[in-house]
Amino acid sequence: MYPINVKITEIVHESPSTRTFFFDKELKDAQPGQFVMVWIRGVDEIPMTLSYKNAITVQNVGDATEKLFELNEEDELGIRGPFGKGYTLPEKDEKILIVAGGVGTASIALLAEYAKEKGSYVTSINGARNADELLFVDRFAECGELNMTTDDGSAHRQGFVTEILSEIDKSEFDKIYSCGPEMMMKAVFNILEKADVIDRTEFSLHRYFKCAIGVCGACCMDSDGLRVCKDGPVFNGMQLVGSEFGLHMRGPSGNKKTF
Amino acid sequence: MIEITGLKLKNPTMLAAGVMGTTGASLLRMTNAGAGAVVTKSIGLEPKSGHSNPSMIDLGYGFINAMGLPNPSYPDFTDEIESVKKNTDTPVIASIFGGDAADFVKVAEGLIDSNPDAFELNVSCPHAQGYGASIGGDACAVEDVTSAVCDVVDIPVWVKLTPNVTDIVTIGQAAQRAGAEAIVAINTVKAMAIDIHSGYPVLGNRFGGLSGKAVKPVALKCVYDLYSALEIPIIGVGGISTWEDAVEMIMAGASAVQIGSAVYDDINVFSNIADGIDEFMNEKGYKNSAQIVGLAHRRN
Repeated sequence: MYPINVKITEIVHESPSTRTFFFDKELKDAQPGQFVMVWIRGVDEIPMTLSYKNAITVQNVGDATEKLFELNEEDELGIRGPFGKGYTLPEKDEKILIVAGGVGTASIALLAEYAKEKGSYVTSINGARNADELLFVDRFAECGELNMTTDDGSAHRQGFVTEILSEIDKSEFDKIYSCGPEMMMKAVFNILEKADVIDRTEFSLHRYFKCAIGVCGACCMDSDGLRVCKDGPVFNGMQLVGSEFGLHMRGPSGNKKTF
Repeated sequence: MIEITGLKLKNPTMLAAGVMGTTGASLLRMTNAGAGAVVTKSIGLEPKSGHSNPSMIDLGYGFINAMGLPNPSYPDFTDEIESVKKNTDTPVIASIFGGDAADFVKVAEGLIDSNPDAFELNVSCPHAQGYGASIGGDACAVEDVTSAVCDVVDIPVWVKLTPNVTDIVTIGQAAQRAGAEAIVAINTVKAMAIDIHSGYPVLGNRFGGLSGKAVKPVALKCVYDLYSALEIPIIGVGGISTWEDAVEMIMAGASAVQIGSAVYDDINVFSNIADGIDEFMNEKGYKNSAQIVGLAHRRN
């Protein structure tokens, strides 16, 4: 498919580093956790998980996002997708736990809302560097129990999401989902593996994508060759046992970069 | 089991270069998916990030792509080849590229210790300036590069050709003269797509190459013509996604086939096609695929 053309209808400054770009079109078929390729014409095309059915929430981290931040309402983007495998959706009356950090919070918000609507019980542990960077506090609070941490203690509990995770009973949850910086997710993974619940966990991974449709192999992980763009980006924790997760990834040339 | 340039393949399907070939793990996954051999991503002298995205678009009837030869360079790729070789008996063919004969030689020599089973010379990438088809469109350059590599390695050298030439047979003959043991045809067909909302070409590189279903008739004609003119085996590639496509390519003159874009639909395309070919041969009473290689040429 050619990219579809979307017009930016609204730009919300969520935090000093993060903005939400709303489009004039909804991706109705998108499942929570799936991603779209966002084409900033003449610059680059980057993978982004939807934060609403008609929006992406972007942290300014590189050249492409820098250009995106220069756009205004009424400007246009190209969108391809939705692509990849999203989260396994929770059922009615299931208890789910979401552990999210940084801008990863934005990409898992649709899952929390889906779960609430479906009649699941949602507990979230959301972390950020500081009070200003905590995202979508109201959206998560409306979905169920919300625990929050900041690295610097400027709001809520000082520390990391893993500290709260360590204190709670993991066995009471039917499904546990995590999205955030890879080293945070790796720490979450280690705690959940120790608690013997890794088979009911899902993690949303980020890798450098080229084709984004499962052909080129640029995003394949060691050691099973799983494609993050097509077999993921959401993986069951069991698929990540013994993988490169938390150890290394590959850059645009295919060279290994350790975390 | 088939044998091609001395390599033993459990079936005539191979993974084509540029697809699922950046890491040892993904190549190994393709051998587990049934590929009779796997060809690596094209490897060069220096690390290259490739073109900016979008780098591949699904058109429905095919794909256009312009990856831009991204690769970690040969010193960083030997580990990847070794990791496949250690875990499988399936032949691993190293695809290599360079700007001239000296580059090709250096990359081939640099990779030889990782024990690839053959080299495939990429003289056919249509969208990397100074590489690929810049050489592959010139019979003298192809002869020069091919003989230079053949002189320094003692494993088979295959040459992958571009269809973006006036006469592919002349280029194939040049490779054969220079010592190539097989021809791989074809690479992608020059193509582009334009976003009508903005006027921008869709690919980050503006143009690229067409693969998938749309190119199969083009590939068939190239393979058919090469088979008529050459002594060395031809490996057919371009738009194969079903066993019927593979049989058609074999009847045009291919001794084996490569599959690339079709992994989009199903990673297990290799075993599906290999099984389909087997069933077809049984049903028709053919004893081996050699009996139908080039069959179309014998039907007058």
